[in-house]
Amino acid sequence: MTFGPFLLLALMEGLVSAATLALTAVGLSLVFGVMRVVNVAHGEFFMLGAVGAWFVTQFVPGPPWVGFAAALMLCPLLVAGIATLADRLVLRRLNYNPEATIVATIGLLYIFQQAALSFFGPDARPVPAPFTLRLQFPWFGYSGYKLFVVAAAALILAAVWWLMTRTRAGLIMRATQSDRATAQAFGIDVNRVYSSVFALGAGLAAVAAVLIVPISQAHYLMGGDPLLLAFIVVIIGGLGSLRGTLFAALMIGLSDGVISMFFSPTLAKILATLLVAMVLVFRPQGLFGDRQ
Amino acid sequence: MTKFLIGKNPTRRSLLQGAAAGMGALALPGFVQAQTSAPIKLGFQLHRTGIGASYGRWYERTAQAALKLVNDGGGINGRPVEILFEDDATDPKRGSEVIEKLVNQQGVDLVFGPLFSHVVIGSAPRAAELKVPYLVCSEGYHVASGMLNRWTLQPGITDVRSQIQAMAPWVAANLGKKVTMIFPDFAFGYDHRDFFTEAMKAQGGEVIAQIAIPPTETSFTRYLPQIPAETEVLYHVMVGPAVLTFVKELGEFYGTGAKPAMFGFIDSLEAVDIATPGLEFLEGTHFWEAHNRMKPADAGEHEAAYRAALAVDDNGASLTDAADVATFSHMFSAWETLFAIKAGMEASGYAGPADRQKFVEAMEAMGDLPYGIERPQGAKTFNGKTHQAFGTQNISQVQGGKLVRVHQTSMADGAYPDAVDYTTQSF
Repeated sequence: MTFGPFLLLALMEGLVSAATLALTAVGLSLVFGVMRVVNVAHGEFFMLGAVGAWFVTQFVPGPPWVGFAAALMLCPLLVAGIATLADRLVLRRLNYNPEATIVATIGLLYIFQQAALSFFGPDARPVPAPFTLRLQFPWFGYSGYKLFVVAAAALILAAVWWLMTRTRAGLIMRATQSDRATAQAFGIDVNRVYSSVFALGAGLAAVAAVLIVPISQAHYLMGGDPLLLAFIVVIIGGLGSLRGTLFAALMIGLSDGVISMFFSPTLAKILATLLVAMVLVFRPQGLFGDRQ
Repeated sequence: MTKFLIGKNPTRRSLLQGAAAGMGALALPGFVQAQTSAPIKLGFQLHRTGIGASYGRWYERTAQAALKLVNDGGGINGRPVEILFEDDATDPKRGSEVIEKLVNQQGVDLVFGPLFSHVVIGSAPRAAELKVPYLVCSEGYHVASGMLNRWTLQPGITDVRSQIQAMAPWVAANLGKKVTMIFPDFAFGYDHRDFFTEAMKAQGGEVIAQIAIPPTETSFTRYLPQIPAETEVLYHVMVGPAVLTFVKELGEFYGTGAKPAMFGFIDSLEAVDIATPGLEFLEGTHFWEAHNRMKPADAGEHEAAYRAALAVDDNGASLTDAADVATFSHMFSAWETLFAIKAGMEASGYAGPADRQKFVEAMEAMGDLPYGIERPQGAKTFNGKTHQAFGTQNISQVQGGKLVRVHQTSMADGAYPDAVDYTTQSF
């Protein structure tokens, strides 16, 4: 294959990984930005979304797109519900203490992972894509569904952007983020804001998972990679900055695609991790983060 | 009390003798019991979770079915047999802990059953330290290469080196001579890389690119452009939970355009339904199979009984769930290894852990392993020096969505000179 088509494929693959990265990282970034909670269990919310999608598509009759649409509506709600419960039962009781919540979310990670192992099993299970469309380029074929994932992710991210900047709910969240005590003094129920932000973050991870699972497969250990990459993206972009998260997701996703293809996927991961180290040393607040 | 003693007037000696006899009589039945009817306990190192889980599920079923047959036939040396399954999470570190637990806590007579080569390589040294026979079902060349030890044996499946050597001439003659290899980036994959490259060279062919992919990878498209355009044959072997994603993305990548001939190890498709949407491109491509998943018309006389015992249909799927496809080309090794254990224990008159060394020596003396219900995959010879079994291999083609056998190798095709003589090593 010559350079041009090679680059095209690399960019498309990069866009797909950027899209999922952005969706998972945006949830992580929101939770940290508003709640100051480093949610180590975030990858498991992703996994729960994918496993949920398998169950839903398994039990919804009809053509694949019906089951997929059902999964896309139900799974994020279900995962958000679990997250709300985790917030009420665990995080709130720890008063959102940064150190304690890290340990607590590590505990949640294991609980979710082992629960999935017990109820879903150790196997990877495929979830059918809502449609099968293969784009045939002169040099290679490509899955049309992957491009649909990119478009869907862009839409959802735009919706999150709108929610955060154009609605009252977003205003309340931003107010809580910039000063919790003052927000409380103005009559904002901070506990409720925290619960909804945690649920929103988990729900976004679940949306990403439902979109991605027809490309990969549902597996109880699938939460590890997205967590690591989401952390990389969030640290580079700046914890709590939506714009930074999007920018970093695009940068990491595309460079991952291009470097993976022209050199090796391992090198792409090495470089991403090196970039994190550099950002932490020279710009600890991230590229777009506010200096605290 | 004194009166009673005086009345009976026993001597001290008779009292002691009586006591000794009484205790002996009490203890004797228990001892006899242990000799004759206490169950033989076999440990099974099982990939129940982790990247080998789909193999583990079927290895457990296969071992259970073989166990039932052994016990229905009177057990081993007249004793019933028990298998204690212990999950190793397909992880080398857990693997050696499992050996430890099975031997020291559960008191098993020996350990068998693991498939993944990194688990075997990580566990074998511990088995040797504990001086426990370790019978692996891993295909890897690490047994016959001399890398492991005298306690490790592989009597139930041919190793990768022999499999490849037997098939390479057919690949070179029928598919093409310029080969690109895709293999998992760990010991098992390196056996493929090294021996297929060497075997192709011997056939006047050439491996023009070697693409190693980590077995935990979940996305494969990015590796595929490394396949050179002049490739005539794409040789693929993949393991792990994402094998279905791998073949699907391979199909997407080539699409309806021109593609090289493909020769895959069925590992890339184990536990995967070949009728899955997206796999249509496999039509006409070839696969190695040790044991044909789809029952060939000329299958051996014991094939039907073997499939019935496993509750597997003629397509290699579970009778109760057609989507639950077996790891058919590998799991016979758990079955055959159990029967090899039975033969070895009977030949050595195995009575307990003190006879472990005698058991290994009896295994080393084994030699011919004829076709029968004990060996549903086919006849094998066991090389006592290299601790490795050798059998026949099959090449199948996907025809009309079915795997159809088109070639069977002979045992001589896979023979290679011994690289080690374990019998000269001390226990």
